[in-house]
Amino acid sequence: MTAYVVPVLFLIVLITSLIKKKDAYSYFIDGSRSAVDLMIGVFPYLMTIMMCVEIFRQTGVSAAVSRFVSPVFEVMGLPGQLTELILLRPLSGAGSLAILDNIYATYGTDTFVGRCASIIYGSSETVFYVSAIYLSQSKTKKLRYALPVALVSTLLGCIIGCALLRVL
Amino acid sequence: MSKIWLIMLLSAISTALVRDPSIAVSAMLTGAKDSVELAMELVAVYGVWLGFFALLDKTGFANVIAKLLRPLIKFLFKGSSEEAQKYISMNMSANLIGLGNAATPMGINAVKLLGDEKESANTNVIMLVVISATSLQLLPTTVISMRAAHGSANAADFLLPCIIATIISTVIGIALVKFLSKLFPDDRRK
Repeated sequence: MTAYVVPVLFLIVLITSLIKKKDAYSYFIDGSRSAVDLMIGVFPYLMTIMMCVEIFRQTGVSAAVSRFVSPVFEVMGLPGQLTELILLRPLSGAGSLAILDNIYATYGTDTFVGRCASIIYGSSETVFYVSAIYLSQSKTKKLRYALPVALVSTLLGCIIGCALLRVL
Repeated sequence: MSKIWLIMLLSAISTALVRDPSIAVSAMLTGAKDSVELAMELVAVYGVWLGFFALLDKTGFANVIAKLLRPLIKFLFKGSSEEAQKYISMNMSANLIGLGNAATPMGINAVKLLGDEKESANTNVIMLVVISATSLQLLPTTVISMRAAHGSANAADFLLPCIIATIISTVIGIALVKFLSKLFPDDRRK
């Protein structure tokens, strides 16, 4: 279904511009021109975060920290094997996707752990990354309570999702 | 973010020094290289979506979508300008249908318009960041296709609790922001 939404909308918009006699070509160029400027603003954040996550994972610190805090997540009903996924998910989409792949390979997709991992990855976002990038072009630099709120809400969503999995 | 980054990097580099110092620089470079690759990809993605958005805007479709979402946006973002509302509605609709990368440039522009000259974020900026960061994507296509690739008997089996978790996290986020914005009001000084 979703595969149709964008192409159909694109087509409708192009036809509309044709009917209204508007120059779609030059509008599109004007729009895409800002992509490079946008990336120049975003790139330093992208690099700084990804570099940090990579060394954090490769040195094994991430796995060690996960072993240490997994009892806390177990208490909340989240499988301890998924601690590294829960910790890295807010930081890096690519990094946590690699961990999800590993979880599927180790525990299978249809086990409780595998389905729980699917919920955790599927219902959450890269919280730190999104907030850093959204602010990259603005004068606003301090996010006040936004990060704790986003992290707590995401965690609560995961806890409730995994609890539902036991019931359903 | 800056404190977390510092702690992660300090612990990682000191661990590397004890275990295997050669890994430190190579891992950092791998991460940096990946980010360049991702950036190149994202320039292309942003280029297409921003071009598409310009078309939506100039043909009047962006206004239609913004009008449809206006009651919701007015409730969530008190006192936002029409221009900002347009970007917010595009950001939310792109996030809803799972086009996170298309939503990002709209979100950046919306924050630029919602923010004021001050360094600390106002409630509207916080609201947008929380809504985007708690995920709006109802159909996690990446997870479904990855489960299928790993031979799942029923790749969509986790969807119902997953969608509920997505909605609950966003609703809790919105409620918390509404509550905390009363507790810690915006700085109105010029």
